Amino acid sequence: MLNDSILSTITFVPTVGAIVVALLPRRGKLIQWFTLLISLLTFALTLHLPAHFQYGQTGFQFEENHPWITSPNIHYHLGIDGISLWLVVLVGFLGPMAVLASWKVIETHTKEFYFLFLLQQTAMIGVFVSLDMFLYYGFWELSLVPMAILIAMFGRNRGPQAAIKFFLYTFLPSALLLVGLIWLYAKTGTFDFVETQQYLSQNSGSIAPQALWWVSLAFLVAFAVKVPVFPLHGWLSDVFSEAPTAMAMVVAGKLGLYSIIRFNLGLFPSQSREVAPLMIALAVIGILYGALIALVQQDMKRFIAFSTIGHLSFCTLGIFCFTIVGLNGTVYQLLNHELSGAAMLILFGILYERYGTYDMGLYGGVATRLPRMATLYLITMLSLIGLPILNGFVGEFLILSSTFGVHPYWGAAATLGVILSAAYMLGMIQKIFYGQPSQLVANKTVPDVVAREGFALVPAVILMLVLGVASPYWIRAISGAVSGLAQNVAHATATFTTTVAEKR
Amino acid sequence: MTDTPQVFRILPEVILTVVGVLIMLAEPLLAKNASRKPLGWLAVLGTLAALAASFWQLQLPAGTAFYGTVQTDAFSVFFHVLIAGIVLATLLVTLDAADPDAENLGELFALTCFSAVGMMLMTSGVELLLVFIGLEISSISTYIMAGFRKRSAKGPESSIKYFLLGSFATAFFLYGIALIFGATGTTAIPAVAGLLTTSQTPLLATIGAAMVLIGLGFKVSAVPFQVWTPDVYEGAPSPVVGLMSTAPKAAAFAVLLRILYVALPALHSHWQPLIWWMAALSMTFGNLGALRQQNVKRMLAYSSIAHAGYLLVAFTALSPDGIAAASFYALSYATMNVGIFAVFSHAGGMGDRLTLVQDYRGLAYRSPLLGGALAFFLISLIGIPFTGGFFGKFYVFAAALHSGMVWLTIIGLVNSGIACYYYLRLLVSSYSKPVHSDLLDGIPPVTAPLLFALLITVATTLILGIVPGRVLALAKAGANTLSPSTSVSPDITASQQ
Repeated sequence: MLNDSILSTITFVPTVGAIVVALLPRRGKLIQWFTLLISLLTFALTLHLPAHFQYGQTGFQFEENHPWITSPNIHYHLGIDGISLWLVVLVGFLGPMAVLASWKVIETHTKEFYFLFLLQQTAMIGVFVSLDMFLYYGFWELSLVPMAILIAMFGRNRGPQAAIKFFLYTFLPSALLLVGLIWLYAKTGTFDFVETQQYLSQNSGSIAPQALWWVSLAFLVAFAVKVPVFPLHGWLSDVFSEAPTAMAMVVAGKLGLYSIIRFNLGLFPSQSREVAPLMIALAVIGILYGALIALVQQDMKRFIAFSTIGHLSFCTLGIFCFTIVGLNGTVYQLLNHELSGAAMLILFGILYERYGTYDMGLYGGVATRLPRMATLYLITMLSLIGLPILNGFVGEFLILSSTFGVHPYWGAAATLGVILSAAYMLGMIQKIFYGQPSQLVANKTVPDVVAREGFALVPAVILMLVLGVASPYWIRAISGAVSGLAQNVAHATATFTTTVAEKR
Repeated sequence: MTDTPQVFRILPEVILTVVGVLIMLAEPLLAKNASRKPLGWLAVLGTLAALAASFWQLQLPAGTAFYGTVQTDAFSVFFHVLIAGIVLATLLVTLDAADPDAENLGELFALTCFSAVGMMLMTSGVELLLVFIGLEISSISTYIMAGFRKRSAKGPESSIKYFLLGSFATAFFLYGIALIFGATGTTAIPAVAGLLTTSQTPLLATIGAAMVLIGLGFKVSAVPFQVWTPDVYEGAPSPVVGLMSTAPKAAAFAVLLRILYVALPALHSHWQPLIWWMAALSMTFGNLGALRQQNVKRMLAYSSIAHAGYLLVAFTALSPDGIAAASFYALSYATMNVGIFAVFSHAGGMGDRLTLVQDYRGLAYRSPLLGGALAFFLISLIGIPFTGGFFGKFYVFAAALHSGMVWLTIIGLVNSGIACYYYLRLLVSSYSKPVHSDLLDGIPPVTAPLLFALLITVATTLILGIVPGRVLALAKAGANTLSPSTSVSPDITASQQ
C-alpha cells in the first residue's frame, strides 16, 4: 500500500538520486537532466499527499512508526498534518525550479552541487515529516551541511566566511536544543512527539516549571535563528549574497517557522504564551527594520534578504497571536513567501546571468529591452507586496486582521510594514526596469526570458494567482491542524492559571 | 570453564606477537632496497586473524585464565575488536603512505603489532600488574613509533618528549598500584573492592586511586595532563598519530573503567568530582586551544584532548549506561579520527608535506574522493546526525543528563558548538576555490590499501550513526559485565510509570 510508505519514499528518493549522481560520469548535461528528473519525481510523489489526505480529520496521517534504536528509545516515526502537508508539497515544487535556475550558473563541479542539492532536499522533507524528535533533530542538523559546503564552494567572493558564519549561527543554538531534547527524554522516556505532547499536558505538575521554561527557550532560540527573528538575523544577508540561488531559495523561513509552530506551540503552550509579548514586539521590529533597510539597499541580494526578514516577521507575528485565523494566515503566508521569494531570487539570478551585476544602481530601462521578464518581475513583486488577487494578500490580511483583534497597536505598527514593503518593492522595479536605459543596459544585447527559465517561473507565477484566488482549498487542511493548536494554547493557559490560582 | 584451554583467552595477543616476531626476523633478511610491503601485508593478515579471534572469543564462556590474571568477557572483546580495527586501518594507511623501501619500515609494522598486544592485554587484564605490563608494552612501542622520522628534527623531539613524560606517568600508575596493594593486600582488580571495605588504611587506597587517575589521565591526554599532546602529534608521522590518538586512549579508558567501576566503586564519591572537573576542563581547554591552531595535526591534537573530555563525561554518569556510552564513544571517536588521519597521511605522506589548514585549500577540487572523505570525517567530528560522532556524543550526554549532570551536559554541548568552528575551517578550506599549489600537485594517486582503510572507517562511522543497535548491545553487554547488579539508575521506562 503506497499510503503506508509514501513519506519514506518522498524523503529518500532524493537521497537515492544523490547516490546515483555521485556515480554518474561528468559528461555533458547528464547530471543536470538526471537531477531534474529526480526532483520532478519527488514533486509528483508529494502530490500524492493532498490527493489522499483526509481533510477534516485531526491528528497525523500517512504515519509510519517502526522502532529504530531500542535503547535509548528512538523510533522511526513519520507523519504529516495539515501544516506539514503543504510544506512538503512546497519543497517538492521548489525542487525542479531550483534545478532549472542552476542549469547554467553552476557550470563546474556539477556533481558536487547536485549531490549536495539532493541531500538538502531529503533533509528538508525529513524535517517536515519527522514525528520522532531525535529523527527530527537529525534532519535539522543534516540540512546545515550541504548548505554550508555549497556556500563555501559557490560563493561570489566571501563564500568561506559566509559558510562558517551561517553554520555557527545555526549550530550553536542547536547544541542547546539538543540539551533540551535529551532533558525532555530523561523526563518522559520517549522522543516521540505525540507521546511527549501527551505526557507534558497530563503531567504538567510533575516537572519543575522553571526547568521547562528554559527548555522551551532553548527550542525557541534554535528555531528563531533559522527563521530568522529580528536580533538573530546576522547571517541572512551574507548567506543570501553568497549562496547559489538554489540554496538561497530554501535557506530561510520554513524550517524555523514550522518548528516553532510544531514544537513551541505544540509542546510548551503556556511557556509560549508567556514569551508571546516579547516575540510580538520582535516581530514588529523585524517587519519595520527589514523594510527600512531594504529601502536603502543597492545590492539585489541584500535587498531580498532584508525584505525576507520583513516578510517572515509577519509569520512570527501571526504565530504569537494564538488565533486560528492568525495561524492559518501564518502558514499560508509562509507558503506564499517561500514561493514568491524563490521566484524573486531566480529572477534576480537570471538578470545577473545576463548583465553580470547585482547592483541596482547600474540598471535602468530594462523593461523596453526585456518585456517578458519585466512582466514576470512585476507579478512576483506584486505578490510579495500583497496585492489582492495574488497570494501575498491572503496571508498578510489574515495575520494583520487577527493581530488587530488581540493587539491593536502592534497591528497598526505592523501595517506600516506593508506600506513600506510596497515602497521598496516599487522602488526596486522602477530603478531596474523603467526610466532611461542605463549605460550597462544600453550597451549589452541580451536575450529575453528563455524557455528553460519560463519553465521554472511561469508555473510559479500561475500558482501565485491560484493561491490568491482559491485560498480556501489550502486553508481547509491548514485550519484543521492549527485549530487544535490554538485551542491547546488557550487550554494550557486556562489550566495554568487555575493551577496557579489553586496554589494561592 | 576449565575445559576452555587457557591460551584461547589470549589468542589475539598470541597471534599478533607471533606475527610481530616474524616480521622482526624477516626484516634484516630482506635486501636493503627490497620493498617492505610484503611485511606490511603479513601484519595486515595477522591483524585480520586477531580481529576474527577477538570476535570468536565472544562465544567463549566468560571467565579468567592464567591464575585469574586475564579475563575474556563482552567488555574485553569490545575493546579488542576496537583495537584490532584501529591497527588494521593504521597498517593499511602506512602501506599507502610510506615509501615501500624506506629504512626500518618493517620495524614500524612489527611495533604496531606489539603495541596492539600491549593494549589488548590492558583491556583484558584483571590483575593490576599485568595491566601495567600491557601499558608498558604499548607505551614503549608507541614511543619508538613516534620517532620514526629520525632525520627530521621534530621526530626525535616528539619521541623523547613522549618518552620522558610517559615514563613519568607510568611511574605514577605503578606507585598507585603499590598503594592500592598496601591498602588491600591484593592487586587482583575484582578482589580489591571487597578488601577495601575491610581495609585498615583506606586513605592509602584513595591516594593510590588518585595516582592511577594521574597515570591514565596522561595516557588519555586529559587536562591537566595534556601538555605533551600537540608536540608529540606534530612530530610523529600521520599514520602513527592516527593510531596513537585512538588505540592507546581506548585501552587506557578501558583500564580506567575497569579499575574505577570494578575495584573502586567504594571510592565513587572521591573520584567522581575529580572526573567531573577533568571532563569539563578537558573539553573547554581542548576546544579553545584548537581554535587558534593553524597546523592541522596540532589542531587535531587539541581536538583529541576535547574528545577525551567528552568521553570522561560518560564516567560521571551512572553505570552501566555510562560505561556503555564511554565504550561506544571510544569506538566512534576511533573510527573518525583514524579515518581523518588516513586522509592526512595520503595527502601529506610520512613526511607531512601538507601541514597547515591553508595547505588543504582546494583539496576537494583536486581529489573529490579525499575531499569528500575529509568532509565526512569532519562532519562526524563536529557531531552532525547520522554519523558515529553524533550518536556517540548523544549517547554520552543522554547518560549524563539522565544522571542529573545538567551543567556538565550544557558545558559539553556548548563546547561542541565551539568546536564546530575549527573543524569547519578545515572543511571550508578544502572546499574553497584552489589557488595554484605545488603541494596539492604532489598528492599521489589513490591506492588500494587507502581505499580499504577509508572503506572500513567510513562504513563504520555510518553504521554507528544510522544503525548502532548491534554495537550498542555489545557495549551494553560489556558494561553489564563490569557493573552488573549496581543498576542504581532506574530503568527509564520504569520511572515513567
